Amino acid sequence: MPVPPSRSRIAAATRQGVTIVVALALLAGVWEGYKAMGTATGGVWPGTSIELLVAPNDLIMPHVQDIWGTLWEPVQRERDEILAVFLLKSAGFTLLEAAAGFAVGVTVGLLLAVLMLRSKVAERGILPWINISQTVPLIALAPIIVTWGVSTVLSKPQAVALIASYLTFFPVAVNGLRGLQSPTRADVDLMRSLAAPWRATLFKLRFPAARPYLFPAFKLAATLSVVGAIVGEISSGVGGGLGRVILDFASRYTTGPPRLYAAVVMAAVLGLFVFGLVSVIERTLLHGRTQPTLT
Amino acid sequence: MRSRVETVWPPLAFGVGFVGLWEGAVTVFRIREFLLPKPSSIWEALLREWPSLRIAGWETGQIAVAGLVVGVASGALLALVTTRFTGFRDSLTPMAVAINATPIIALAPIFNAWFGLTDPRSNQAVVVAVVFFPVFINTARGLTQVETSHLELMRSLAASEWTILTRVRIPNAIPFFVTSLRLAAPLSVIAAIVAEYFGGPQNRIGPVITQNASFARYDNAWAAIVVASAIGLGLFALATLAERYATPWKEPVHHP
Amino acid sequence: MSVPAVSIGALDMTFNAGTRSEVTALTSIDLDIEPGEFVSLIGPSGCGKSTLLRIIADLQIPTTGTVSVFGKAAHQARLDRDYGMAFQRAALFDWRRVHANVELPLELIGWSKEEREARAREMLALVKLTGFGDHYPWQLSGGMQQRVAIARALAFRPKLLLMDEPFGALDEMTREHMQTELLRIYGELGTTVVFVTHSIPEAVFLSSRVVVLSARPGTIHSIIGVDLGSRDEDTREHADFFEKTTEVREALREIEGDHT
Repeated sequence: MPVPPSRSRIAAATRQGVTIVVALALLAGVWEGYKAMGTATGGVWPGTSIELLVAPNDLIMPHVQDIWGTLWEPVQRERDEILAVFLLKSAGFTLLEAAAGFAVGVTVGLLLAVLMLRSKVAERGILPWINISQTVPLIALAPIIVTWGVSTVLSKPQAVALIASYLTFFPVAVNGLRGLQSPTRADVDLMRSLAAPWRATLFKLRFPAARPYLFPAFKLAATLSVVGAIVGEISSGVGGGLGRVILDFASRYTTGPPRLYAAVVMAAVLGLFVFGLVSVIERTLLHGRTQPTLT
Repeated sequence: MRSRVETVWPPLAFGVGFVGLWEGAVTVFRIREFLLPKPSSIWEALLREWPSLRIAGWETGQIAVAGLVVGVASGALLALVTTRFTGFRDSLTPMAVAINATPIIALAPIFNAWFGLTDPRSNQAVVVAVVFFPVFINTARGLTQVETSHLELMRSLAASEWTILTRVRIPNAIPFFVTSLRLAAPLSVIAAIVAEYFGGPQNRIGPVITQNASFARYDNAWAAIVVASAIGLGLFALATLAERYATPWKEPVHHP
Repeated sequence: MSVPAVSIGALDMTFNAGTRSEVTALTSIDLDIEPGEFVSLIGPSGCGKSTLLRIIADLQIPTTGTVSVFGKAAHQARLDRDYGMAFQRAALFDWRRVHANVELPLELIGWSKEEREARAREMLALVKLTGFGDHYPWQLSGGMQQRVAIARALAFRPKLLLMDEPFGALDEMTREHMQTELLRIYGELGTTVVFVTHSIPEAVFLSSRVVVLSARPGTIHSIIGVDLGSRDEDTREHADFFEKTTEVREALREIEGDHT
């Protein structure tokens, strides 16, 4: 018998939160424990002379508290801005690129899905290429795409967004097609018996039926758009976002190892933020409409 | 063989049409080669630069494959081990899903610091980290999402947990596992290339692309992409083949 | 009197006991099933008929009461593999060929490969699927899959066969055909059958006794004895078949009446 959903959901969310905090604490503990052990043994596994996989010194593995501390220090000597604020701004910049990439990718993906729904030839002709497209590391073309974009109409961040959209259109197109094709013959025949035009069938039957397929795809696309934006920045060197910050801090690593760690953690936080955001939206929109998935 | 014709021809026609259109558009609209080289120029560059591209492809490919193997093996193994500890797995899986949503590739500079810029382990580690999570998540799902009626049947036959694992869970997880291989294979190449943007030996695909791009030799850069795509496609094809052979009981569907 | 095949005494089954969502699924069930009997459990949905079957199979533990199978506790009977079971979904392993599905219980018992193969061939002949051994489940129709499931349940010749709406997902024609087949197999092997269904004609056609359960809480409303002798397709058109279906239907209506 069902327990009132609100209570179980709050309990589940609390449990999840606790798990994450415990996991983070555990990670920090393992990190510091490894460092302490390595320092004590002089860089070898205890009782052996086998060298540790990663040297436990502060240059290679900064202390957790140093990573935390660096967040509150100025980014550069002559600026007041502290690293935390700087990273948040960069994350915001990347988020905008990702959002634009998401919007473009979802639009293209849905258009492709509808096109393939309409025409069997298009489906058979395009679908294999859509699958193959993901094996093409177009990400690696980022430097060219940015040059290309800038020399036409796009700004550099817009070019990065374009790169992000290349990753996002894929799940939307593939899952979208599957969802649009999910109504049974009987459903389609019902619409036909009502002499519904093709567009009505699309919007009143196929798209609603596709929702359980589309939302997971949106979720994946959203997280991929962040990955795409960061990777796009890294590979093209476009400034302003987290990817470039990571690149810069990596090239000046020896001047402040904790700063690189802080930037990478911020990238992870951004990914989690978007993941959580889409999950919340999904839960709100789909709450009670679909059967809970069985495990 | 009608179905074979139907599955092979449309994509082939679209592919040839696409390349033809590309070639034609660049020629007709006189698009400057630095913006978009013609497929024929890329082909020429590929032949001309083959000696260095071959080495670059080999170096990057090795890293991708090594990382792929380690990542897939450890992901599947952890999933297998955690089936016995349901509580542990139940808290691990959502965490893995969340971590999978983060830009793991950004760990590349950290691995460079750990293992050294020139050590291949740095880039392999990135590939391992990127490949690990989809494989773990999918395999764990396959091991747990077993039909209730199958479990009841096994219980009615007084089967032990071990028997259930070997007779039900593992066979059930195989399709999930091979699907994750298809996801992971192209990812490994992408991860290897992006990791190369953080420095290291210059004779690999990533640096070859950036160097050529900075000298405006876009035809050469595209040729490097073709090599990288061929590696990605090759691994993808292997994974698809593995899928077909590992699940002979599946109703044949036409995979692209 | 011999030892009953199934003996249930003062059985109660309560889910989520002590919470707000407490549900009494079954209460004060007493039932003895003799060896060789074919007993159907029928009742409105939610009456706990499947739960009762699962309790006999030791897939669920009753809150109170005793269940014995051939004089042993249900748990021991499960460990001794005293019964075979068939579910509504055929529950075939799609990664195993048909013969390997039938061989599964024998594998678990530890039969040799030759013995298993011989028995699988025998069982497939029994359910009239000779020649389908090397097929994969997806290549079979729903009725054929269900026959494989029955062959699997009977592969090690259990003295008791527990069936949970095994024909529920089949179309009417296939279903009637399967019923006749099941009776033939039952006649040939002389097993005891406990059969859960929600179809009145099915229960009457197959059974020597029909146990009518009422819902919420599930109790035994009545037990209707049926004696149609040897049955074939024509039996469904006999007067005594109609008479018995009417009797069961009225019992079920009475239950409905209590609740409206």
